[in-house]
Order: sequence, then C-alpha cells, then structure tokens
Amino acid sequence: MSGHVFHPGHQELHGVTVVLDTRGGMTHVGRFHEQNDRGVLLHDAGSHDTGAAGMTREDFLRRTLKFGIRVDHQHLVVPGDEVISITPLGSLAL
Amino acid sequence: MPYDPRLVQPMREEMVRMGAKELTTVAEVDAALGDPEGTTLVFVNSVCGCAAGNARPALAYALQQVVKPDHVVTVFAGQDIEAAARARQFFADYQPSSPSMALFKDGEVVHFIHRHQIEGRTPQAVAADLVAAFDRYCAKTQAA
Repeated sequence: MSGHVFHPGHQELHGVTVVLDTRGGMTHVGRFHEQNDRGVLLHDAGSHDTGAAGMTREDFLRRTLKFGIRVDHQHLVVPGDEVISITPLGSLAL
Repeated sequence: MPYDPRLVQPMREEMVRMGAKELTTVAEVDAALGDPEGTTLVFVNSVCGCAAGNARPALAYALQQVVKPDHVVTVFAGQDIEAAARARQFFADYQPSSPSMALFKDGEVVHFIHRHQIEGRTPQAVAADLVAAFDRYCAKTQAA
C-alpha cells in the first residue's frame, strides 16, 4: 500500500529490532543492520550485563519493551563467535 | 543528515491524505500538544520502509473507524529534526524510535506503539492495536 522502501535487498532481519545474547553474558537490543565476517552490526543498541548486579535480563527486556531502547551504542559490532541467539524484540512475550 | 526532501515528500503526503496535520516547527508542536484537552495521536514518521511502510497504512486504516482521536498530528524524524525533538519531549518517558505513535488523552500518554511493535507485522495487525486503543481511550461518553 505504501511502497516507499529505501533499503531493499538486505538480510532478512535488516532494520528489525532484535535481542542478541552473547556467550559472555551480555544482552544487546538494537536495530539489526547486517551479519558479516566481522560479526553482527547493530544500530542504536542498548546493552545489559547479565552478570552484573542490578536488574535481571528479563527486567531489562521488560523495560525495553515498554519504554524502548536506552541507547548505549550508536553502532555495535558483536563478533559472530560470541553470538548465542538473535531474536526479534517484538516476538518476545514476557 | 536529512534525506532529499523530494524523496520523502510522498511519505508526507501519505500522512496528510489520511487527515494528519504536519508539524514542522517547534512552535507548531507546542501549539498542537500544549493544549492537553481531548485526545491526540502523534505519529513519528520515518523513511524506514521496514516499519514506516507498514505504520502509515495501519494508521490510515485505523482512522477509518468511527472512534478515533480528536486530533492526529505527525512529525518527521530525521527530517524536521527540531520539531521531532520537541514532540519527543512530550513523551520523554519513552525512548526515541521511528516510526512510533503516542496517544495522548488530556495531556497524558495513554498508549504508545514503538517501532519494534510495528516491524514484521502487517498493517492490519498494527491497525488492530490502534483501533483497540482508540476504542478504549477516544470513545465519547454519551450524555444521559
């Protein structure tokens, strides 16, 4: 109906807000740009250290679902071998 | 850096066609959102085809329903930068994203739709969320 798309031909998750969990216990939420040899590039990403004191990963994600992403990194590259999972934020049910 | 205005003009026109008032200056934003009475939907427009390409049709569909906000206004993120920043001050509890939508009732944000609630969904699904919010917050009570 609208048809005004500026970035066709990208990976499936391009432009989608995702939750990226890492082996090191970090959870990042940001806009997926691409995955390449260097890793996964996210834009406007917020990060949470599961091992640190304070809120749990679930609370971090609940807050993000309600109020949006508190941006810690305009651009963030997560090395591919650190990535455990990538899930669209909108698909979470918490 | 803003996109070429000629490229985004169709996206502006799409909003105006559905009845939204474009706010392109801080003064226009203050005039529209400074009066807390009634219901107002603020649509933060975006060039992003992934999400805005669904969000605009979703709002257009929702606005065809009987129950809808008293006012519908739009600011364009990344284009009318000062106006968008000013509008976001009115819903500062919510982190910036675009497209997004904030429904105000008597000056309070009663419903917010983030970009992540639009991505990957059909316009009809997003519209259903909007219609439910309109029904809940914008229905006029009938005098006895």
